[in-house]
Amino acid sequence: MTLPTYRTVRVWQRNRDVFLRLWKTEIGGIIAEPIVILAALGFGLGFYVDDINGRAYAEFVAPGIIASYAMFHAVFECTFSTYLRMETHRIFDGIIVTPVSVEDLVMGEVAWGATRSTLTATAILAFTYILGMVSSPWALLIIPISFILGLMFASIAITVTAIVPYLNSLNNFFTLFITPMWFLSGVFFPLSELPSPISTLAWLMPLTPAAHLVRGLAFGELSWSLLGSFLAMMGFLALFLTLALRLMRKRLII
Amino acid sequence: MSMSTEYESEPIVLARNLVKRYKDNLAVDGIDLTIHRGECFGFLGPNGAGKTSTLRMASCVSPVTSGELLLKGKSVATDPRGVKALLGVVPQENNLDTDLTVLDNLLTHARYYNMDSTTALAQAWEALFLFQLGERAHHRIDTLSGGMKRRLLIARALIHQPSVLLLDEPTTGLDPQARHLVWQKLAMLKEQGITMLLCTHYMEEAAHLCDRLVIMNHGKILAQGTPRDLVRSHVGGKVVEVPSRGPMADHVTTMAHQNGMKVEEHGDTLYMFSPNGEATPLALELEEEQVTVRAANLEDVFLRLAGRELREE
Repeated sequence: MTLPTYRTVRVWQRNRDVFLRLWKTEIGGIIAEPIVILAALGFGLGFYVDDINGRAYAEFVAPGIIASYAMFHAVFECTFSTYLRMETHRIFDGIIVTPVSVEDLVMGEVAWGATRSTLTATAILAFTYILGMVSSPWALLIIPISFILGLMFASIAITVTAIVPYLNSLNNFFTLFITPMWFLSGVFFPLSELPSPISTLAWLMPLTPAAHLVRGLAFGELSWSLLGSFLAMMGFLALFLTLALRLMRKRLII
Repeated sequence: MSMSTEYESEPIVLARNLVKRYKDNLAVDGIDLTIHRGECFGFLGPNGAGKTSTLRMASCVSPVTSGELLLKGKSVATDPRGVKALLGVVPQENNLDTDLTVLDNLLTHARYYNMDSTTALAQAWEALFLFQLGERAHHRIDTLSGGMKRRLLIARALIHQPSVLLLDEPTTGLDPQARHLVWQKLAMLKEQGITMLLCTHYMEEAAHLCDRLVIMNHGKILAQGTPRDLVRSHVGGKVVEVPSRGPMADHVTTMAHQNGMKVEEHGDTLYMFSPNGEATPLALELEEEQVTVRAANLEDVFLRLAGRELREE
């Protein structure tokens, strides 16, 4: 395995160009979905829910929504979209015969997935700020953190994409991993509410430290546990990026 | 200058005992190649002969199992990026970028080679007009016909002015007009002196375009030479065809052997080759409508060399 080089940018630029050409067809869903879920949970469900640690439910859940939609964008991009580029349209075949290496290509895909996370996180952050759900200046750090979060989930997604035999196999990744994780990683309620074996298990899932870190920054409540979460994310990122690079090389260079 | 002559004679592609083994399949079985600058070099053979595997190794997307493969002295094993910068690759299966327009396909591809955008834009327009795609510049890929897609693939492979063009069955699946247009473009590139490696199973294509070629089967090179020499040395000038189930098959076979001709049966036809030229006396003697006498071609060479094993597949 070789390491990715600056040519990563070439692949990122390709995906950016396509996005800039097609964003109008996507933007409705991109904006509407998190707004609907924020309104439903914050104002609908929140009406029946007591304050959590002295904060209204809407305020509690908003950072979780930011973290999870940042996750969804990276994960969708680097599973279904990456798979279609690779297998259906064979676009990767055309790229790896140029001086761009498999590692440059994979890193470009991961970086693009992370870019989409950041775009989404920034948009929802702005929206929650307008609604007064987020007020601390530390919340601005959510923007760079969402990029790291995106790199982590994009790497996980590419690792899965590198080994699935069919497009439909990716559904399992969502039903068996992403969705359960979404509900059990402290996005919707504090992990302390869960029985202890499950809450311990929850800390092994990558969305848990991500949601914890984003929430800490949104509230402006700094603690060492935020640093711990950041390091856990970096650990997941290092592990899955290595796997993604190796497994994609194995799939494409035969 | 003596230096430059020496450089010119250095082969642009060099393979020594090149082997490609997949899990349980020996795709390329120890081939040697020496290809010179400006040559159009053909790989002829059936599916599974090892042609595509050879091109894939050359384009550094398939590791060499053993042996050596050098392009302009650079090894595909140790300097893949250096090798890939020299190559333009036209794949067998269309892999144009369906998310981008025709023009953007070229510009995006140029960026993978780090071309600056001004040069890329100029080259792209030039290539589009050369390949008769100028009017389609801003169209989507899926609005193009098969022939247009193939021409765009060739234009894309040339955008960075490569030293060597790899073409894997560039006209497979095209209708006759589209095929002739591609051939015309390739002949033009050949005149410009671009080195080409061309895989095909169309004998006509090989005879038309290739200066030299190898005939491959089961990963091995069966013969190599110019199309004309291969035909002359393996088949001769003329071929007589007779239906193998016809009433005179046995009679004809005996006569052919008496005339010193070689006889091969493929499908429903007996082919009689006369290595030293004259087949006409035999044909005249037969005086039957079912007998065909024609000029020998590469297909005959291939059938003779690959022989009966081909029919098992």
